[in-house]
Amino acid sequence: MAERKTITLNMGPQHPATHGVLRVELELEGETVVRARPIVGYLHTGIEKTMESKLYYKAIPETDRMDYLAPMSNNLGYCLAVEKLMDIEVPEKVKWARVCLAELTRINSHLVWLGTHALDLGALSPVLYTFRDREMILDIYEACGGQRMMTSYIRIGGLAHDLPLDFDKKVANLLKVFPEKIKEYETLLTENQIFINRTRGVAVISAEDAINWSLSGPMLRGSGVRHDLRKANPYSGYENFDFEIPIGENGDAYDRYKLRIEEMRQSLRIARQALDGMPEGPYRAHVPGVVLPPKEDVLHKMESMIFHFKIITEGFKAPCGSVYQAIESPKGEIGFYIVGDGTNRPRRIRVRPPSFVNIACLPALCEGRMVSDVVCAIGSVDIVLGEVDR
Amino acid sequence: MGLEEKIPDSIILTTLDKVVNWAHKRSMWPMTFGLACCAIEMMSASMPNFDLARFGMEVFRPSPRQADLMIVSGRVSRKMAPVVKTLYEQMPNPKWVIAMGACASCGGVFNNYAIVQGVDKIIPVDVYVPGCPPRPEQLINGIMKLFEKVEKSSLKDRHEEWGR
Repeated sequence: MAERKTITLNMGPQHPATHGVLRVELELEGETVVRARPIVGYLHTGIEKTMESKLYYKAIPETDRMDYLAPMSNNLGYCLAVEKLMDIEVPEKVKWARVCLAELTRINSHLVWLGTHALDLGALSPVLYTFRDREMILDIYEACGGQRMMTSYIRIGGLAHDLPLDFDKKVANLLKVFPEKIKEYETLLTENQIFINRTRGVAVISAEDAINWSLSGPMLRGSGVRHDLRKANPYSGYENFDFEIPIGENGDAYDRYKLRIEEMRQSLRIARQALDGMPEGPYRAHVPGVVLPPKEDVLHKMESMIFHFKIITEGFKAPCGSVYQAIESPKGEIGFYIVGDGTNRPRRIRVRPPSFVNIACLPALCEGRMVSDVVCAIGSVDIVLGEVDR
Repeated sequence: MGLEEKIPDSIILTTLDKVVNWAHKRSMWPMTFGLACCAIEMMSASMPNFDLARFGMEVFRPSPRQADLMIVSGRVSRKMAPVVKTLYEQMPNPKWVIAMGACASCGGVFNNYAIVQGVDKIIPVDVYVPGCPPRPEQLINGIMKLFEKVEKSSLKDRHEEWGR
């Protein structure tokens, strides 16, 4: 028998199909992948450590820059964790507004994923459509937080400002036009023979393996496991919403594509309910010394001004103890573990990033497959390197 | 003068500098190279709403060997720094660099152990675009500024630069 000859191929970290700076070391026998090893760390930013050196509320902008396609989800996860630590109950309006924004974020993230994934597989047009439509969501972000991507709009105990005046109009317009747009993407891809050939039966992971790899989000649901934190462990009032959790059957890239498209539809449904049912009320909880008082009070009341000054300069002191709060981000379960030590800075912050856990199963997805399937596997996992490396 | 009058209409007299700069300016090929958040805005800039193609820039090249312009879009970690430098060295002359966003310009919000405090520590930068991340319009403005710089450059200076 002839000796098995393999070559080692380095993919990345500047390869355009690795969605950032992921590096994959491939061992190939001909065109078959014998071994694949993802190497992460090229975007290590020290975000956890930086957050530990900041006041609790000043760490929020750092969370934006982890999963930069889903800034609102990260803000929400962190703020919920700190609220849990501080035992703050937020007003109803805040909960509904947060749900609405988190679902728009899910659409935003899935749109970028859809465009780039199709682009990697050779379909050049979907990305033009998805980026065009994504601007509608970015407009809403900009109206809320003043920034297109790094909003930092969700704050501890509420929101940064009240919702903008034309929020209803803008979201209603988005909800009106988006179902048609999703149909448009489906016309381009769902029955596209090339796309089907490139994705069906590729990057398969079984339900059992998915659980064993600790996958979450569309990666897990694509294999047929109906697990979603919005249903399993509701936060921010998700129990009040009526929606379904789509699941796949085969656990391949095509199923995950169908699933994410369906998730966008469900997100529209949730956003519609959140918009219609949004109650009136304050946009921040009333917790003196922890949450900023309303601006009018700061200008006219002595104690409010003192609280404002104290919070901005010194922050607030959190009790000793640790909390873990996980939410369902577009990529999967993003969890924040925070240890408070009685001072105004967290002792330890640990983030459980869904992308990092999901990319770990890359060898299982592409070993034994062709080298061209590696691109499809990386794309269908939907990673954001900012979150993988932090 | 007399000489110009005898030249037919289809011939234009100019300097070599002007022609070369005009050609460089109108067909600048950036490298498809995204690092972090700013890369998404860089993609947005080339997408229909902002349409970088209006300025002859739509041809993003995945290989550094075919690119003239490197847009450092995002934070450069210490692990990534040697890679960025290698990529820059692989690009053929003449080449330009835009530091896009606060992180690439000066480290931005990440003043810590992991991030190179400005990509100009490792490679020369022509234009800095502020913002975190900059809007696509800002990036396009930065590219326009780079075009102005290219227009003013001279082959003579460039020759001296390469000789170094």
